[in-house]
Amino acid sequence: MVGPSRIWREAPSRYRFLGNRCTVCEEVYFPPRQICPKCRRASIGRMEPIQLSGNGEVVTYTVVYDPAVGHELLTPYILAIVKLDEGPRVTSQIVGAGLSEIMIGSRVKTVLRKLREEKGGGEDGGSGDGSGVITYGYKFVLDGQS
Amino acid sequence: MASIVSYGSYIPRFRVEGGEISRVWGRDLRVGVMTKAIPGPDEDTITMATESARNCLRSVDLDLGKVRALYIGSESHPYAVKPSGTVVAEALGITPDLYMADLEFACKAGSTAIIICSSQVDSGLIEYGLAIGADKAQSSTVDELEFATGSGAASFLIGKKGIVDIESMKSYTTDTPDFWRRDVQKYPSHGGRFTGEPAYFRHVTECAELLMSTMGTEAKDFKYAVFHQPNLKFPSSVGKKLGFKEEQLRPGLLVPEIGNAYAASSLLGLTAALDASEPGDRVLLVSYGSGAGSDAFQLYVNDEIVKFREVKNSRGIRNTSSYIEEKEVLDYSIYAKYSGRYRI
Amino acid sequence: MRKVCISGVGITKFGELWSRSYRELIVEAGLRALEDAELPGESIECLYMASMGPGMWVSQEHAGPMIAEQTGLTSIPVVRVESGCASGALALHQAFIDVASGKHDIVVVGGVEKMTDVGAKEAGSIINTMLDYEWESIFGATLPALYAMMARKHMHDYGTTREQMAEVAVKNHYNGSLNPIAHFGRKISVDQVLSSPLLADPLRMLDCAPMSDGSAALVLTSKGDVEIIACEMASSTLALHSREDITTMDCVVGSSKKAYKRAGINPSDVDIAELHDYCTIGEIIESEDLGFFEKGKGGKKVAEGVTSLNGSLPINTSGGLKSRGHPIGATGVAQVAEIYDQLIGRAGERQIELLDYGLCCGVGGSGGSAVVSIFRRR
Repeated sequence: MVGPSRIWREAPSRYRFLGNRCTVCEEVYFPPRQICPKCRRASIGRMEPIQLSGNGEVVTYTVVYDPAVGHELLTPYILAIVKLDEGPRVTSQIVGAGLSEIMIGSRVKTVLRKLREEKGGGEDGGSGDGSGVITYGYKFVLDGQS
Repeated sequence: MASIVSYGSYIPRFRVEGGEISRVWGRDLRVGVMTKAIPGPDEDTITMATESARNCLRSVDLDLGKVRALYIGSESHPYAVKPSGTVVAEALGITPDLYMADLEFACKAGSTAIIICSSQVDSGLIEYGLAIGADKAQSSTVDELEFATGSGAASFLIGKKGIVDIESMKSYTTDTPDFWRRDVQKYPSHGGRFTGEPAYFRHVTECAELLMSTMGTEAKDFKYAVFHQPNLKFPSSVGKKLGFKEEQLRPGLLVPEIGNAYAASSLLGLTAALDASEPGDRVLLVSYGSGAGSDAFQLYVNDEIVKFREVKNSRGIRNTSSYIEEKEVLDYSIYAKYSGRYRI
Repeated sequence: MRKVCISGVGITKFGELWSRSYRELIVEAGLRALEDAELPGESIECLYMASMGPGMWVSQEHAGPMIAEQTGLTSIPVVRVESGCASGALALHQAFIDVASGKHDIVVVGGVEKMTDVGAKEAGSIINTMLDYEWESIFGATLPALYAMMARKHMHDYGTTREQMAEVAVKNHYNGSLNPIAHFGRKISVDQVLSSPLLADPLRMLDCAPMSDGSAALVLTSKGDVEIIACEMASSTLALHSREDITTMDCVVGSSKKAYKRAGINPSDVDIAELHDYCTIGEIIESEDLGFFEKGKGGKKVAEGVTSLNGSLPINTSGGLKSRGHPIGATGVAQVAEIYDQLIGRAGERQIELLDYGLCCGVGGSGGSAVVSIFRRR
């Protein structure tokens, strides 16, 4: 299901929060978009890459007890929507925190973690297509840790 | 010679106590490791290396385009074929104008990365290089190793002028098969007591003595000494044998708290020793990699470390002791789950 | 546009139908709808079928011709429609346009899903394909987890309580206990909801719709007992995190505004509604976004009994997704079948008196798409 090209294509965004910005309306997008949905054709050729900080604030969160396939070893895990300081919002896990330490409004910062491992690769069993390919990407920790 | 411009560490937050492991297996094979550091199931050499490297690069103001080399030493590269360092480099944003390779020399591959980076800096090939030692240390169950193996990563930015000058470095290498893992093996095997005298002690002692005799230094010239620490006994004994006192070893001796983080073991010890150092201090680092070899470094802490530390603190970047102190102790069952020991 | 009416509906039992196959289910629902409409099979001019992912559930894409062949309708157009959990509702939308345009006079809308032929883990992965794979699923999101994040925010912003959400499930199970085709036709209590296993805090197992097998079908014509006076669709961001307000389903707001305008009625004119309670919080949020209640008051209204069978605006008299069941492609069609039965007065013990307008709201995924339809008894 997740071939190497698919992981590779998104790596700059998943590994280090590379987004983009519409220079017409100044809206910041993450992940980067081909065109600005607000300016549409006017934004063609006017989308500029922008490096986001990976810092943000918890908009809402849950503790997942019935995990997505491949996330069994982490269960229960905290899943949150985080509003990045530059504006865009993302969904990912908050790690290294007690289940009761998270609140709406908590400050978080990014860490790199393993998101998914296809079966056949390693010691963790994995899921998916048997290629063993590993997907890395951002998760968050409460600010003040890393 | 080149200099350490910055350094950063990372130790995962989970711990398991030696007593808990012996409770489960009914055997007490503890080797001076009180707790060992365990990565979460979503952590590996790549993620830990990245975190330590981010801490390292964020502690200095540097145009990342000037970092032209990245070498990462580990015994637990997630892929047997396909480099770890490419992921780390991409995550740091230092591709593609980059010299890069994964290194393997058991527990000394990280210090060898420092040698390569220094050499490239000294030769003028690069301005800055990043040397990383990282490991999610592997061990089979009911073995001394299970009581000892830890995890973590340490990164060193090497450049012409920095905070810690490399006054001299030395390598000592022989073919001594004391510890190994074949490609198809999940956990490493070792030669038991053969890992001691002909392996660890010979290489570490000879390498250190070679370095010190070349430089005309002796134990008392160093504020601190850091040795590879597979257990508590080996670095303590070798330090004593070389004439070092306990207080010279203590700041860099992390094995009781985090275990043996393989390629990150002596390098994490060095980060802790540097955290404790003042300008004018000399530090001795001697790594050990099974197979076998040692790298020894004579390091001089210069005045710049004061400013470096201020910047690092002002940016809220964690030092090694903060990683050691902040921990969550797991019972054996969760440790086994996190270590992928259950089939699901 | 010409008038579009429903002249018959058919529905199978919903549940774990171990002996029934995908193709059997949709044929059964279709036959019942035709019998109900008192029309011969050869009168059908076009078939719209909704199915969320037969390629994943039963390893069968290209399901259109399979259904045509099973029903002897190989000479007519068969169109498969997919919009996640709103697939059935969107199939109605397409069939509505077809009949309204005058291209066809008699059109069948079928919805089906066969979800129990795969294991629980695989089913979870299939459900997850309705999320934004690259930016939600891969990070460990599940559909209940997304609804849980909506619930958390709704509780935080409006003071909605855990008990109020449980009341949605209790009400829907009560209604479902009166519906012979319901997957889970047993009554439950608030305590049972609150002591069921956590799926994604604060949501528990009894807050969430089950995985069901089942099928439903409708016959649309230009004449019939119940008129479709509006059927509108709108979409929103695929990923929940991209929405301006996590507790508002823009697609429900957008599609309902268009639908009220086309129907020429106000939310207060609606007498009965079938909403998409994939999770209990979903019904609460939709009841607000459809304009039935002020934003933030949905939970309170449920607890007050306003949406119960004997309340002033009964919601999910069928039992909803929670109790009637949720064979994904069939759900949007089954909602319409319930409203049809209610409007023509044959809903048995669930029958609500004195009805003029009924509304259906089908939602895809976490709110990426929605179809709102309004019906009037003729």
